Amino acid sequence: MNQKKSKPKKKVTEFEFLKTPSGIDGLDEITEGGFPKGRPTLVCGSAGCGKTLLSMQFLIKGITDFNEPGVFVSFEETAPELALNVKSLGFDVEKLKKEKKLIIDHVRVERSEIDEAGEYDLDGLFIRLGYAIDTIKAKRVVMDTLESLFAGLDNQAILRSELRRLFHWLKEKGVTAIITGERGEGSLTRQGLEEYVSDCVILLDHRVIEQVSTRRIRIVKYRGSTHGTNEYPFLIDEDGISVLPITSLKLNNKVSSEIIPAGVPGLNEMFLGGGFYRGSNILISGTAGTAKTTLASYFANAQCSKGERVIYFAFEESPDQLIRNMKSIGLNLEAQVKKGLLQIHSSRPSLNGLELHLLTLRKLIKEYKPSTVVIDPISNLISVGSSHEVRSMLVRLIDMLKMNNITGLFTSLSQQNETQVQNLAEDSVASLVDTWITVRDLEGIGERNRGVYIVKSRGMGHSNQVREFVINSRGIELLDIELGPNGILTGAARKTNQLHKKVSELKLKDELNRKDREISRKRNVLEANIAALRNEFESVQEELSLLKASEELQAKLTSDTDINLKKRK
Amino acid sequence: MKTAKAEWQLRLYIAGQTPKSIHALENIRKYAEVHLKGKYSIEIIDLLVNPQLAEGDQILAVPTLVRKFPEPIRKIIGDLSNEEKVLVGLNIKPLTVNH
Repeated sequence: MNQKKSKPKKKVTEFEFLKTPSGIDGLDEITEGGFPKGRPTLVCGSAGCGKTLLSMQFLIKGITDFNEPGVFVSFEETAPELALNVKSLGFDVEKLKKEKKLIIDHVRVERSEIDEAGEYDLDGLFIRLGYAIDTIKAKRVVMDTLESLFAGLDNQAILRSELRRLFHWLKEKGVTAIITGERGEGSLTRQGLEEYVSDCVILLDHRVIEQVSTRRIRIVKYRGSTHGTNEYPFLIDEDGISVLPITSLKLNNKVSSEIIPAGVPGLNEMFLGGGFYRGSNILISGTAGTAKTTLASYFANAQCSKGERVIYFAFEESPDQLIRNMKSIGLNLEAQVKKGLLQIHSSRPSLNGLELHLLTLRKLIKEYKPSTVVIDPISNLISVGSSHEVRSMLVRLIDMLKMNNITGLFTSLSQQNETQVQNLAEDSVASLVDTWITVRDLEGIGERNRGVYIVKSRGMGHSNQVREFVINSRGIELLDIELGPNGILTGAARKTNQLHKKVSELKLKDELNRKDREISRKRNVLEANIAALRNEFESVQEELSLLKASEELQAKLTSDTDINLKKRK
Repeated sequence: MKTAKAEWQLRLYIAGQTPKSIHALENIRKYAEVHLKGKYSIEIIDLLVNPQLAEGDQILAVPTLVRKFPEPIRKIIGDLSNEEKVLVGLNIKPLTVNH
C-alpha cells in the first residue's frame, strides 16, 4: 500500500487534548481522561503482567461502553484462545464478533514456514488491518505483541522501517491503538518499540514483596497531557483490571450533618451532637483487651437496629466467634445477621495483598451497599505490607468510604507501653479520621479499669473527661464521673469514694438532726423564760396597781376628815 | 495461466503494481519456466482488490509467494531476486543439493 496523502490532522490544542476513555476502572483518572485519541499507546511489561488483558479490556469496554468498534491483532494467541482467556472475566467475545463490533485477527508468524528472498514490505499486514478497520469502522486497535514479528522475520532493517511506517499509518487512520511489548533488559521493550511509539507509554509491573504479589501500573510518558506519575497498584479479578489511584480524589465529597448513635448510651452523651456524623470515620484505638471489638460491635448493632446495613470485617475472629463473644455481654448479633442487615467477613490479613483487601472491600460495598463499615482491626493489616503501602491503602480506603458517604469505624491495637507511641496504622489514619476515641487501661492500686475518652471529634464539641466503663452480662455501661480530690476516680477508688461520701452524708444528716433537736430545745427554753418573765412582770404590775388603789383611798379619807373639822368650828 | 491440476500450485500475493510486485512476478515466472515447465500454476492475488484474502494464507509481508501444493505450505517473502533462496524455499532444488 502506498503512502496516501496524509489527511489533515485534527488540531489538538493544549486546552482540549482529545482522549479516548480506556474503560479501565481508575486508569482514566490517572491519565486524566484516557489514552491519546487517534494515537498509538505502548503498553509494556514483563510476561504475565496483564498486557493482553488490559488491551482486551480496552477494546471490549470501548464497544460496550462507548460504542467504538475495535480490532484485535494478535501475534501470539489465536482468536479462540483469546476468547476463552477473557471469558472468565465476563467478556463475551463471540457475541461482539457476531455483532460486527470486534474483529480478532490472528497473525501467525511461523519462522519455519517463511523464507526471505529479496526486498519486501509489510503491506500485507497493513492491508489486513486496514480491511478489518474499514469493515467494522473500528476506532480502537490493539496489536499484541508486535514484537513477535522480530522473531519471525530476519530483516531487521525492513522491519524497523516498516514499524515506523505502521505507526504513522495508524495515526493517519485516526484509530486509538495499543501496542504491547515485552519488557526488555535495561529498556522498556525488548526491541525498543518505545522509539516508535512516543505519544504515550504505560509500564505494567508485577512484583512480589515479602511473598505478597502486587501489580503496578505507571505512566512513563504521555505527550501533551498531564498525568499521574506515581506507580499505582492495580488488580486483576473477575471484572478485569481495576487501578486504584491514590491521589485521584479531591476531597470534594458531600458531607452529611445527620447524627448516628454510637450505640453505647453514655458514649453518645460525650458528644455534643449525641453521636457521630453520618459518613465520618471513627477510630477506636486502645491496648489489648480494652473492649475495642465490643465497642465496635455495639456500634454495628446500633446501626442494624435502625434497619441499616453494616459490613463487619473481622481480621481476628471468625463470624461465629464474634457472635458468641458478643452474646456473652447481651449483644445479639446473630439476629441482625439473620435479618440480613449485618455481614461479617472474616479473613486473615495475610490472605492476600493490601490491594486485594481493598478491592474486596470495594466490591462488597458496591454489592451490599452498606451504610456502615467496621474494620476490626486495621492494625493487623500492617503485617501485610510496608509502612508506605499500609498508609496509602488506608488513605484510599477512607477516601472510598467518604465518597460513598459510608460511616467507617476502625479499631486499632496500640502497643502497651508508657510512652504512648502511636503504631503505624494509628499514625496513618490519625490525621484522616474525623473522630478518634481511645480506650485505655486505668491502672490503679492492684486493679485495672477501662476508661474511654475522645481524642478528637471534627465539627462537634465533646467531653474532655475520661469516662470509666464496665462490661457485664448486660453490656457496656458508662459510669458517672466520680471526682475525687485528685481527679477522676475509678474502680475500687470510686467505690471507696462513694462509700466515704455516703458515710459523710449520713454523718451530716445526723448532725443536722441533732442541731434541729437542739434548736427546738433552745426554743422551748426561750419560750419558758419568756413566760416566766411575763409572769414576773404581771405580778409587779399587779402590785403597782394595788399600791395605787390604797393611796387613793388614803387621800380620800384625809380630805373627809378635813371637812368634818371645818364643820365643827 | 491456470491449469486444472497442476503439480505445483503457486500463489503470489501482491499489493498493487509496485516495482517489488512486478519484480517478484517476473522472477517467479522465470524460475518456474526453467525448473517446473509445464507442471505449475501461478495465481496472483492483489490484496488491494481483495483484502479479505490476506487472512487466509496469513499474509503479512508483500510480496509473498505461497506454495499451496505440494504440501506443506511454504512461504517466501520478498521480490524473489535471490534465485537460490527461492528454489530452496520452494523445495525445488534441495533434494539434489543437500543430500
